[in-house]
Amino acid sequence: MSMNKQGRKTDIKQPTSDRIDAKTYSGNKALQIEEPILFDLGDTQTTGVDFADVAPFENRLNGMERAEEFGLAGLSEPETMRHYVRLSQKNYSIDTGIYPLGSCTMKHNPRLNEKIARLPGFMDIHPLQPQSSVPGAIDLMSELAHWLMELTGMKAIALSPKAGAHGELCGMMAIKAAHEAREAQEEGGATKNVVLVPDSAHGTNPATAALIGYKIRSVPAQEDGTVTAASVKEALDDDVAAIMLTNPNTGGVFEREIVEIAKLIHEAGAYFYCDGANFTAIAGKVKPGELGVDAMHFNLHKTFSTPHGGGGPGSGPVVLSKRLAPFAPLPFLVKDGESTRLVENASDHVSEASPFGRMTAFHGQFGMYTRALTYMMSHGSDGLKQASEDAVLNANYLRASLSDYMSLAFGEDHICMHEVLFDDAFLKDTGVTTLDFAKAMIDEGFHPMTVYFPLIVHGAMLVEPTESESKASLDQFIEVMIALAKRAKQGDAEPFLNAPRFTPRRRLDETGAARKPILRWSSEDEVNM
Amino acid sequence: MRYLPLSPNDRREMLAKVGVDHVDALFADVPKDKLLDKLPDLPMAASEIEVERQLSQMAARNLSAGQAKGFFVGAGAYRHHVPATVDHLIQRSEFLTAYTPYQPEISQGTLQVLFEFQTQICMLTGMDVANASMYDGSTATAEAVLMARRVTRRKKAILSGGLHPQYRAVVENMERFSGGDLVQMTPSIAKAEDLIDQIDDETACVVVQYPDFFGQISDYSALAEAAHAKKALLIIVVTEIVSLGAIKSPGSMGADIVVAEGQSLGCGLDFGGPYVGLFATRQKYIRQMPGRLCGKTVDVDGQQGFVLTLSTREQHIRREKATSNICTNSGLMALAFSIHLTLLGEKGLRQLAMINHANAVQLANQLGKIKGVEVLNDSFFNEFTIRVPGSAHDLVEALAAKQILAGVPVSRLLPKDKLDDLLLIAVTEMNSGDQLTTLAATIEGEIK
Repeated sequence: MSMNKQGRKTDIKQPTSDRIDAKTYSGNKALQIEEPILFDLGDTQTTGVDFADVAPFENRLNGMERAEEFGLAGLSEPETMRHYVRLSQKNYSIDTGIYPLGSCTMKHNPRLNEKIARLPGFMDIHPLQPQSSVPGAIDLMSELAHWLMELTGMKAIALSPKAGAHGELCGMMAIKAAHEAREAQEEGGATKNVVLVPDSAHGTNPATAALIGYKIRSVPAQEDGTVTAASVKEALDDDVAAIMLTNPNTGGVFEREIVEIAKLIHEAGAYFYCDGANFTAIAGKVKPGELGVDAMHFNLHKTFSTPHGGGGPGSGPVVLSKRLAPFAPLPFLVKDGESTRLVENASDHVSEASPFGRMTAFHGQFGMYTRALTYMMSHGSDGLKQASEDAVLNANYLRASLSDYMSLAFGEDHICMHEVLFDDAFLKDTGVTTLDFAKAMIDEGFHPMTVYFPLIVHGAMLVEPTESESKASLDQFIEVMIALAKRAKQGDAEPFLNAPRFTPRRRLDETGAARKPILRWSSEDEVNM
Repeated sequence: MRYLPLSPNDRREMLAKVGVDHVDALFADVPKDKLLDKLPDLPMAASEIEVERQLSQMAARNLSAGQAKGFFVGAGAYRHHVPATVDHLIQRSEFLTAYTPYQPEISQGTLQVLFEFQTQICMLTGMDVANASMYDGSTATAEAVLMARRVTRRKKAILSGGLHPQYRAVVENMERFSGGDLVQMTPSIAKAEDLIDQIDDETACVVVQYPDFFGQISDYSALAEAAHAKKALLIIVVTEIVSLGAIKSPGSMGADIVVAEGQSLGCGLDFGGPYVGLFATRQKYIRQMPGRLCGKTVDVDGQQGFVLTLSTREQHIRREKATSNICTNSGLMALAFSIHLTLLGEKGLRQLAMINHANAVQLANQLGKIKGVEVLNDSFFNEFTIRVPGSAHDLVEALAAKQILAGVPVSRLLPKDKLDDLLLIAVTEMNSGDQLTTLAATIEGEIK
């Protein structure tokens, strides 16, 4: 029998029944508390905010007063607190444990970022108050721009895109605007209407190019998802306006022939768009501008640690080469002697600028700029390089440690960058799928890796540990992954097929949800249940 | 570096496990001459104290709304009071540092919030369905026009002159690049625009703002009927969502798509972002909607739960055939919005809206008494337009020098429309009676 220092018994009796079948009167399970939908909890007459009464006055609403009921439910302040705290406890988060979602870069979110973003001088300022009253905010944008351009070796920047896909759109619009400007000068020049996208690309790439009227031409990827100069050459003709390439690619591999590819693209009069979603692997190690990139977006919420917030907000600034710089959208920063100002309108003529338009109202995700700059200043040039190296080392450590137990998509000798890709060959004939494996990881207390992406390998499992994981954390992860892989291979499929077992909800009927969508609460709905 | 847990010893052991001598061996795929041999020319790592010191100095150089002796800036972003509970809750680790809920079993918190959020948006706007949020109001407007083109298979969009000029610029940009046709009406507060005349058999949609950019409140029921008669859609844009606590819902007027900026609830001003775009439509159009959707379902034990749904519309499945290229929404700001609205409830929202309106009416009455100042609105909610003698821009700068942020000169957003003497003034529950009096007195002093 083991005792703690106070002499209390600390040994645990074997449970006599399977805990998942244990029922409680409340439906709660200790810290897992069932929480009803807001509209079943609150009512329209309850409020958690106190206001002073309004003295009678003559309104100016033009006879448009709202008489109709909303049905909006209110809660008192303590009830509100409990509702959301209980809901929060049903989420996994990076603060809870390893979150190895490949291509999503779930790294530590420092709280200093949050503190700085909430300084009144940053948070409590309006985008349309006189620029003369916000020199510090404009300096912050200017400083962020400087860091991002120096890290990439690029010449200009559009800060305003609201997320990665919005940044892609911005970059591709700049490319289209540059082609249009050239076509307007050249007589009889053919319109370039094709964009090259590798099979391995993230879905936003083709969606973005198609949105602005480009035809998509697929470039076959090699087995490891990389693209060769030869296959690009094969796909190139006068119609090609641009290539969209992710580097490192979606399988975590650096594009070895990227310099040759850029050269071919430029010789064909096209532009090189680089999806910078995976910049976290190479910040401080490689400058995309030196590779021949013309436009690249960042995901500040990936590389520079602004919180993902359960699905946004993102922030997707785009750096541009010298050739694309004039086409950067409004607003943009210009130096006026010592000071910097934001150019908000096309009519505010600035020499050599011919902005293609505007991506968003106001100036972009300023609150994310403060967080990203705080993160970069904390790391410094040396720390950013170290972070990239650690991210790559962590991924390769997982690769080397798991190669005997799981199947590496690109073979055992293939190094990876910040993420390592497995396929489902090691699960062959086990009756366990990639999805089942992922769900079993949930029972073990881990967030699963990205599954079934990229599409180029069967049953993909893309693992990105990031630099935020300690060796101890990785070792624990490795131990469990090995145990799960062994269990699956031993033919013990049951725990996988039933997983997850210990979550507030078990596997959910996604097919049913899509077939008969219920997208809002309604009172009738509850009666029918 | 405090954020990096690996020790030099860890790194050595791990490199050994990987089977390489130096970390650069893992960068072997990078062309040799492209691997940087020196650090980027940027400052070195800094302590928390040092970073805080530098950035606090930068922040201190801005005149924040709270420091100002009066703050009346609006035009699409409004300064409202956000209860302390909201900011506390959105900083819960499990909300702040979670990803998109792709694994529903360990994301029921985020998913239930989104389901409740979607319901709140439907109730506010008077619509059937809403998505789980967009980047902001302006990009949501551009997405709404794209959706109207998909639904009607037509290209022409008619934009009211009362639409926020930067929203117009965003739509114009998207339409130019995606091959749409635009008819843009001239911005004017003085005369009513005849949108109905512009609708024809080629028209995909008419886009109006409610209350409009100048603050006017119009009934769009007749416009909805006229649009529907030609099988076109009516898109109603709301930039001040609190207004819907006081005025009829867009849905009740016959809107087909309602998009809005949700910044007023839960979000701060943040110099323009991150905000939260709201997007709602009719049941029959759900499969043409952009953005993420959360739906209710059951798990294998028959218990109610939530998942992301109808993802076959989205880019990761449909690639170039997707309804939109959007991947991220504005999850955390949607959460902030939803918590704030839960605290308010229907009763609180109505009270909040009425306080805003009452303050605005009071200020309009005071300003209207100043010689040389004219309040141009027939109607308004919490923002209205005044005409001042001379340049509104100069007046705003003069007041800013006195620590009063008086509003937005219309010419800042419409530099080419000869509206230099117009000033937009927004008033919320944050403005005390003293601030109103000070503003009126100072403007009177300046224009003498």
